Amino acid sequence: MGVLSFVFSSSLGRKLVMAVTGISLIAFLLVHCAINATVFFNDGGETFNIAAEFMGHNWLIRTAEIGLFAGLLWHIIQGIWLTLDNQKRRKSKYGANPGSANSKWYSRSMGLLGSIILIFLVMHLKHFWVVSRFGMPHELGHLEYASGEHLENLYVEMVNVFQNPVAVIVYVLGCIGLGYHLLHGFSSAFQTLGINHKSYTPMIQSVGVAFSIIVPLIFAIIPVAFHLGLIK
Amino acid sequence: MKLDAKIPEGPLEQKWTKYKSSVPLVNPANKRNLNIIVVGTGLAGASAAATLAEMGYQVSAFCFQDSPRRAHSIAAQGGINAAKNYQNDGDSVHRLFYDTIKGGDYRSREGNVHRLAEVSTNIIDQCVAQGVPFAREYGGTLSNRSFGGTQVQRTFYAAGQTGQQLLLGAYSALERQVGLGNVKMYARHEMVEVVKIDGKARGIIARNLVSGKLERYFGHAVLLCTGGYGNVFYLSTNAMGSNVTAAWKAHKAGALFGNPCFTQIHPTCIPVSGHYQSKLTLMSESLRNDGRIWVPKKQGDTRHPNDIPEEERDYYLERRYPAFGNLVPRDIASRAAKERCDAGYGVGPSKMAVYLDFKYNMMNKYGRAEATKHGIANPDDETLLRLGKDIIKEKYGNLFDMYKQITAEDPYEVPMRIYPAVHYTMGGLWVDYELQTTVPGLYALGEANFSDHGANRLGASALMQGLADGYFVIPYTIGNYLSKEIHTKPIPTDHEAFEEAEKRANERISGFLKIKGTRTVESYHRELGLIMWDKCGMARNEKGLKEAIEQIRALREDFYKNVRVPGSDSGFNPELDKAGRVADFLELGELMCLDALAREESCGGHFREEFQTEEGEAMRDDDKFLSVFAWENKGNNDYELHREDLNYENIKIQQRSYK
Amino acid sequence: MGNTMNINLKVWRQQNENAQGHFEEHKVQASPDMSFLEMFDVLNEQLIEDGKDPIAFDHDCREGICGMCSMVINGRPHGPKGGVTTCQLHMRSFKDGDTVVVEPWRANAFPVIKDLSVNRSAFDRIISSGGYVSVNTGNAVDANSVLIPKDVADTAFQAATCIGCGACVSACKNASAMLFVGAKVTQLSMLPQGQPERESRVVAMVDQMDAEGFGACTNTGACAAECPKEIPLSVIANLNREYYKAKLNGK
Repeated sequence: MGVLSFVFSSSLGRKLVMAVTGISLIAFLLVHCAINATVFFNDGGETFNIAAEFMGHNWLIRTAEIGLFAGLLWHIIQGIWLTLDNQKRRKSKYGANPGSANSKWYSRSMGLLGSIILIFLVMHLKHFWVVSRFGMPHELGHLEYASGEHLENLYVEMVNVFQNPVAVIVYVLGCIGLGYHLLHGFSSAFQTLGINHKSYTPMIQSVGVAFSIIVPLIFAIIPVAFHLGLIK
Repeated sequence: MKLDAKIPEGPLEQKWTKYKSSVPLVNPANKRNLNIIVVGTGLAGASAAATLAEMGYQVSAFCFQDSPRRAHSIAAQGGINAAKNYQNDGDSVHRLFYDTIKGGDYRSREGNVHRLAEVSTNIIDQCVAQGVPFAREYGGTLSNRSFGGTQVQRTFYAAGQTGQQLLLGAYSALERQVGLGNVKMYARHEMVEVVKIDGKARGIIARNLVSGKLERYFGHAVLLCTGGYGNVFYLSTNAMGSNVTAAWKAHKAGALFGNPCFTQIHPTCIPVSGHYQSKLTLMSESLRNDGRIWVPKKQGDTRHPNDIPEEERDYYLERRYPAFGNLVPRDIASRAAKERCDAGYGVGPSKMAVYLDFKYNMMNKYGRAEATKHGIANPDDETLLRLGKDIIKEKYGNLFDMYKQITAEDPYEVPMRIYPAVHYTMGGLWVDYELQTTVPGLYALGEANFSDHGANRLGASALMQGLADGYFVIPYTIGNYLSKEIHTKPIPTDHEAFEEAEKRANERISGFLKIKGTRTVESYHRELGLIMWDKCGMARNEKGLKEAIEQIRALREDFYKNVRVPGSDSGFNPELDKAGRVADFLELGELMCLDALAREESCGGHFREEFQTEEGEAMRDDDKFLSVFAWENKGNNDYELHREDLNYENIKIQQRSYK
Repeated sequence: MGNTMNINLKVWRQQNENAQGHFEEHKVQASPDMSFLEMFDVLNEQLIEDGKDPIAFDHDCREGICGMCSMVINGRPHGPKGGVTTCQLHMRSFKDGDTVVVEPWRANAFPVIKDLSVNRSAFDRIISSGGYVSVNTGNAVDANSVLIPKDVADTAFQAATCIGCGACVSACKNASAMLFVGAKVTQLSMLPQGQPERESRVVAMVDQMDAEGFGACTNTGACAAECPKEIPLSVIANLNREYYKAKLNGK
């Protein structure tokens, strides 16, 4: 641990935490997004439920999930701490402050965007994760597919939740927050890791922009599509 | 007073080597008990403070800026000379020595200059070892360029920011010693008195510019590395804060002032644009490698420079000095520009400017070479310009940007307009071979001393001298003095000499505040500058100098009656700092005129109109003036002239010719 | 040329480090060819003649290289033009009748001395903690005995052009000094002369940076966008990489 104590003690160490946890969350988003996208097969949730079942019961995934949660928590706590600590570094504020002259608003608002995502996340976990993992607050329906498999029907839960327009709006806002959070966070994580090269950095940045638009967009379309009955 | 330069005996080439091997040393244990005060942290000061601390001395370093890294050495652009002969073009220690003596119009000491040339090579080695990123060739070796007054390429450079890189090297060495506890650094401190005890320099009184308090510091020796006094002219290429105060206080404490009138007017500066102007900006001499200087052949020609055809342009330096062309020394280039402008050929809105034009070399030198490299046969003019522009940009990009910033004109498209401006002062505190002034224990290094450049300094030699003095000369020569001081215990600063010095400083400072007149300090400075520039500038004559002396005396009298210094002596008060500096300039200005009046000859940067050849070149009088003028301050603005005769044993004195 | 412009200034006045500061309004007549600092000279002359306290501001070389001038102009360090210091900013960058807000660098690590002057000695202490090559005078080998590829020398030079003005800190919403530290670390870690102390240097400099009270970097890029010497953001990536490597090596 001695060698790694700098991740708690130095500003660069704490930054490293944000980057590493951030990148693992990005990886998670990719998987999550891919699974969610299966609802577009419009097969009554069969593919989706099979994938959800796998994710929910595979021991390797469950173990990784613990790590992911720890990382998420660390990312949140460190992020809040960083935001508050950085705010204290300039006691006397500027009278004129045209921030947009030298940086993007979302890069300066990661704390705010993160908070929006956090609010969304609490709701989201309550809707799906808690019910799928702990079977609360009510038992999920079970389904038997043509293949003979007998699965928990998380899909139905989705159909139910997204009947509520408030939930849809919150989900869409959460996704917008996520998009902007990623727009800065994706390339920022690589910069923090010291990956900066005149040939690769532009590529990382382009991938980052694409990721930040496509992934949240897919996430956002789903509740809207359910609500409008485009997916049944 | 008999001035003894203490030049070691023996053949020129062996003087320094023999001196080094026979000078008394101070053993490491004793060094730890010896305190050295270094005032100023430019190239000379930072390098001296760092090196002396590395050797084990206890060093206290002072600068008036907010950090030692801001000393004005940082603004040097073009480069630093060294006799490395990396270009295999016939350079040698002897040639650098010869060029420097000749460039200085035979008014410097052979012994000092030879030593400077000898250590020049060590400087480059040291700087590279510190991580100074000099320009390099593709093969990884160091790159060189030419400067005025030489026919070899011996100038090492880092784009147009050589001074910055060298200073940051010396500064980092200094900060390393600060971190190790061997140097105590006092930034935002200005030296206001030298403290002398039993005839020796034993400390200083420094003013803390933030608190306004006067503070006392003891040292077994005091080193002044405080730069030049070009700001006496108000408008110069010096930084706004550059001042003579420390050197002047030393002068008043008994150190003679050498050749005060030897001022370098740099030929390539951006011309004055308005009365509010606070300083002039240099365009590096290195630009004369690739820029050609010209004026229209017709008087009062108002056409746009790009519309004036080739045959109607007068490349007057190439015409008058075919051997050196645009690379004649600074004094000659400056005078030639003044001559053309005075004769009515000047350009630009003020008509006090000449063109520095890069188009020819952009196309023909670089453009053509690049075209060949890229295999472009028969390139048209546009292609040549485009290719050449990239090379010019790489070499001088930052200077071109700076020019555009100030004038709002693009020098890639339109020739630069330039005019001479005050840049450097060859004069300074008189020092002997050991860099010691006439006050024992008081040393002067770098531009603050008068020593190595004679009546005109060659380009890229100021950085060389500053670092030579700090890194390689003072560490040896100070031993000769300090080896006799090992029994001197630190003198407590409640000693009466400290009391008295502090009282003097205090009275002077509160005196400024008590006047409560109507005129600002700045207005006096500006007026003094105009007098100096008109009458003690690029050309001087007896009548003008006598008038100037009267005018300066009257101005000084008025200053002490009518100046208004706001605020108080406690807390941060830049106007008060400035008042002290301008008061000293008002005394120095008079001495410069006295010196210029007494030197009835023309040499280097000192051009007395009464003494010129038929072609308008400077005419020396070696029979009467082959000597250094060293002035003693007798108090009440009364001065006594002492002379140190110069002996040339190795160089045959000639009329300086660059034709 | 020659036409005058009227500028309304809102300038920060603060008597000393602990005093409460406030904005003060002034009207100045300027010429478009004046530098921004020359406009302040004119204003100060006026103030002195009117028996008022002139505005304290730092400046020295006035050619953009010493790094002493330090004004935040309309919320931007060194003003609206990219790639220049305040002293190289000319009034032609403004319009007749403009209101211009002028403030000091604001950061806890740069306490105000008076008005627009701040104390930047934290930067000196960072350099003093490791921003050097430990080579005593006299230890050097011949300058050409170590060859350095031109592109390496050029990149090191680009990083070394930092003037230590502190605009990066003043622009950063976290008052972080990463660009300043990154520039020095990049310069010395690229050159062969900097190798022996490569790891200890970066660790010592980052420790000192943290101790001085600068904020943490959040990669907004404001520092590089406002740097008058256009030091690129990649020096911060270099700094990160150098630091992690050193730390993982147990430094």
